[in-house]
Amino acid sequence: MGIQHMNDFGSTKEVESLIHSRRRTDLIWKVVFIIGTCMAILFLVLLLSSIINSVFGYAALRYSVDPVELVYGKESVKDFTREELIDSMNSHLSSGIMRRVLSEKSLEEHSNKELVSIIEEFIVEPKVLRTWTLTESLFSRPAIEEFVQKEEGAYLSFRSWLSPQFLVTEQSSDPYKAGIRTAILGSLWIMLITFGFAFPIGVAAAIYLQEYAVDNRLNRILQLNIFNLSAVPSIIYGLLGLAIFVRAMEPVTSGAVFSSLATDGTANGRTILSGGLTLGLLILPIIIINTQEALKAIPDSLRMSAYGVGATKWQTIWHHLLPVSIDRILTGTILALSRALGETAPLVVIGASTFIAVDPSGLFSKFTTLPIQIYQWSSRPQGAYRNIAAAAIIALLVLLMLLNGTAIYLRNRVTKKKSLE
Amino acid sequence: MNKLQRTDTSMVTGTVAYAGNTRRVMKQEQRHIIELNDVSIHYGDFRAVKDVNLSIPEKAVTAFIGPSGCGKSTVLRSINRMNDLIPGSWIKGTVAFNGHDLYDEEVDPVLIRRKIGMVFQKPNPFPKTIFENIAWGARINGYRGNYEELVEKSLRGAALWDEVKDKLKENALRLSGGQQQRLCIARAIAVQPEVILMDEPASALDPIATAKIEELISTLRNDYTIIIVTHNMSQASRVSDYTAFYMVDDHRTGYLEEYGKTADLFLNPKNEKTEQYISGKFG
Repeated sequence: MGIQHMNDFGSTKEVESLIHSRRRTDLIWKVVFIIGTCMAILFLVLLLSSIINSVFGYAALRYSVDPVELVYGKESVKDFTREELIDSMNSHLSSGIMRRVLSEKSLEEHSNKELVSIIEEFIVEPKVLRTWTLTESLFSRPAIEEFVQKEEGAYLSFRSWLSPQFLVTEQSSDPYKAGIRTAILGSLWIMLITFGFAFPIGVAAAIYLQEYAVDNRLNRILQLNIFNLSAVPSIIYGLLGLAIFVRAMEPVTSGAVFSSLATDGTANGRTILSGGLTLGLLILPIIIINTQEALKAIPDSLRMSAYGVGATKWQTIWHHLLPVSIDRILTGTILALSRALGETAPLVVIGASTFIAVDPSGLFSKFTTLPIQIYQWSSRPQGAYRNIAAAAIIALLVLLMLLNGTAIYLRNRVTKKKSLE
Repeated sequence: MNKLQRTDTSMVTGTVAYAGNTRRVMKQEQRHIIELNDVSIHYGDFRAVKDVNLSIPEKAVTAFIGPSGCGKSTVLRSINRMNDLIPGSWIKGTVAFNGHDLYDEEVDPVLIRRKIGMVFQKPNPFPKTIFENIAWGARINGYRGNYEELVEKSLRGAALWDEVKDKLKENALRLSGGQQQRLCIARAIAVQPEVILMDEPASALDPIATAKIEELISTLRNDYTIIIVTHNMSQASRVSDYTAFYMVDDHRTGYLEEYGKTADLFLNPKNEKTEQYISGKFG
């Protein structure tokens, strides 16, 4: 063996071969983790690109009345002069619609822009014949042009289905005109009710469980059940909401008991109030658990220092525990709200309207929400609906990102506060 | 085993000379502000402390010393009913404050904690401004005086005023550890307590900050009764007038081994255990 120094870790050669295999294992795992990350990124990119693919692209449209017929040589209503706009209206608008227009204000008071939109909506009336995705628009141009050639009176327009107009227009049976204003308002109303219902109750329950409740069997069972509730599928909450809010509490949720306030007699309890309360139930356990975690994270020394100068429990909670943990509580609440914002199933179960063109006006209105609108549009066969569904998805994603961005902002504030300690 | 050297009121007169320091002349009639009678404290089934009998003289510093787990902190916390906050804790015997049992059903622990303040091992100011740290306790207890004066007086009382008078609106957590601890003492005296309990108040501080706290304690003894738990025996001998030495038995239950004037206890311990402990043979 010679004079090689032996120890419990083997010879130099053995050590070398071991470190080699250890390094190799290390490398393999690193590659596995990188692959995992890449897959996640890939799927995200796929999701986004498939949405964007549908939001932009060519559409073949056909006018009922070509703008060229209204004013010779002008292909778009936007190029009309004011006199030409008023002339076209006088000559082509039916008397019924004209009366409706005039009942708001006289023609002189209408701006050019308003006149253009009236003419486009009631005279020119473009109809969508067919739409193409972004990739088709970029790579199959000849086929698209061929289609347009064959269709009489059709013309090609590259459009973004997501536009400011899309956000503020109400629902319509014509995808070219439809917008998501009703759905956005519905979603915002629902969020408001959900927050107003779940936040105070959830925080109150969490404070009781964390700060007051003693550690006994009953409270442990309660705690376990709250954990279980947070994992119950959302459709179950929909059934619960249907049984309680829509059916059992109908006089209240339909507004019948406050008859003077009831704005919509046909809702039958399938109202914003019912929807908001149902989603409130859904996120209640999440808010409770999150608030408990926030309170648990506060060191006991803070409680002790408050009790030490003769504070009551409530004074300790209100002046010290809540101010310290409110950022964290709100962060969790916002994340819970963004879950509620994306929920479809429970609202479908309690009977949210799938087609509604009237803005919700209060607690007792019928409603639809963004996810429901998307669900409804994406299940239609006509191509253009898929485009506006994709546009609505983008709107929903932006809304979610705003909510989550607020949550991240609040979380950063918590971290800053911590670094001060 | 559990011999008690209860301090007799007639004994606490005269000048106590110890370790080169001349202690002040004690008052002729030293009153006992707190008296523990046969106190046993339990956490669920576990008996943490048994049969403590102890009379704590007014406006003096009493130190609790002893090895880890001997229950000195537990006894301390029973005096302002802080133990109530620990689930499952219960007490037998009586803790009398000015002659009234603190554990009487009619006694509100919230009120007790204003009269018997507390300073904790780790400095724990509120994450609020320095001003608010002092004013808050007074406000929740319904203080009617001038808050600026109260804050200044309390901070001066805790020897902190000169260091913080220009930054009362700053967050207290920006102060150094020693300053934070003196702020906690200021916060405790702002609600005008009679007794201040200190649970190892200097153990998380550096030597210079510790010296300041000790200096502060010797000033505060003129106005307050102070009970201090410490594991630092030289600190106990420096700051206290009386010392209670706790021991722990085979069942991990703490008990009071010896109690007396600090000078007597450190120079002429009556118990073998006390002598071994203060000479550093264990603990």
